[in-house]
Amino acid sequence: MTADGCGAPAGGASAPAAAGRQAVVEGKVVHQGAAVCPGYARLLGTGDEFVAEVPLGDDGGFRFFAAPGSWTLRVLAPGGLRAERSVQADYGQVTTVDVTI
Amino acid sequence: MSRSDVLVDADWAQAHIGDPHVVIVEVDEDTSAYDKGHIPGAVKIDWKKDLQDPVRRDFVDKTGFEALLSERGISDDDTVLLYGGNNNWFAAYAYWYFRLYGHDKVLLLDGGRKKWELDSRELSTEVPERPRTSYTATEQDRSLRALRDEVIEAIGKRNLVDVRSPDEFTGRLLAPAHLPQEQAQRAGHIPTARNVPWSKAANEDGTFRSDDELRQLYEGEAGLDFGKDTIAYCRIGERSAHTWFVLHELLGLRNVKNYDGSWTEYGSLVGVPIELGEAR
Repeated sequence: MTADGCGAPAGGASAPAAAGRQAVVEGKVVHQGAAVCPGYARLLGTGDEFVAEVPLGDDGGFRFFAAPGSWTLRVLAPGGLRAERSVQADYGQVTTVDVTI
Repeated sequence: MSRSDVLVDADWAQAHIGDPHVVIVEVDEDTSAYDKGHIPGAVKIDWKKDLQDPVRRDFVDKTGFEALLSERGISDDDTVLLYGGNNNWFAAYAYWYFRLYGHDKVLLLDGGRKKWELDSRELSTEVPERPRTSYTATEQDRSLRALRDEVIEAIGKRNLVDVRSPDEFTGRLLAPAHLPQEQAQRAGHIPTARNVPWSKAANEDGTFRSDDELRQLYEGEAGLDFGKDTIAYCRIGERSAHTWFVLHELLGLRNVKNYDGSWTEYGSLVGVPIELGEAR
């Protein structure tokens, strides 16, 4: 997947070697000890404003390249499984948010 | 045309698996999801490899589209049911594309792949074999597609709907937040555009909001003049195809065009006006 396109690759796009000017938010989602897949990670702003969504990778992983700021991470998975976490993203940092449902 | 003429739910799709007159097609930019599992009987279309010219930035031409559909075993008389990931972005783009080339018997699966997965419905890895057809397309219906000069001419005159995220609209980001941001284009939006992110038209499970909610969103909240012609754009034209589907197919507005060149073209043009920040 390249930036020529626009789709969200499963697990999120490949990470740069260093965050650089990116504000990266990434993590993995686990349920009962197993990676969650299929499932979806959504990044939401103030008032639950949708920002981005990626399907979880085979390892339950996700990655976003956000603007710096405070965000809500919401996970959706089959069986009505849901989880939410607050996350702070900053330029030059990779913020890891692992989620156990 | 009503919602049920263009949009069907998963129960409808389930009931038409194996229907000889319905071809289910998964469309995505990244087709690895199809390879891991798809709606039984579905064939795949790769948004980039199959629908984009490999050399210049444009669609495959009429002959190329005919060859593609013939090879996939799709006939002119078949009803084509489209679905995909990314909340149906690329499926909506394909829907618009099928309509451009004159295939009117086309439907979109509400909620796309996401709702199908979240509902734990069956997925198959078996790739169907469909006999080759001899598909005939029409010439492109240009009343559905806007090119750059028409977009520039439309500034301040028509509804321009920028369906990207607010951070892309204001110029804080150059791409959706699930993608790296390192690109060499100008940021911002086309002057006089309203920002109505595609996501506002969809529920959390990827299904479309009700017609009343959609009308309120575009006419009430965003202030679009439904009496004017409208051009929707995003970054490469697939999120705006989602919005084109809402405005043209669900709400029945006429004279709605999708600008598939979108921000990757407009933001690289020399000398065109650009606005930063919130809509003025």
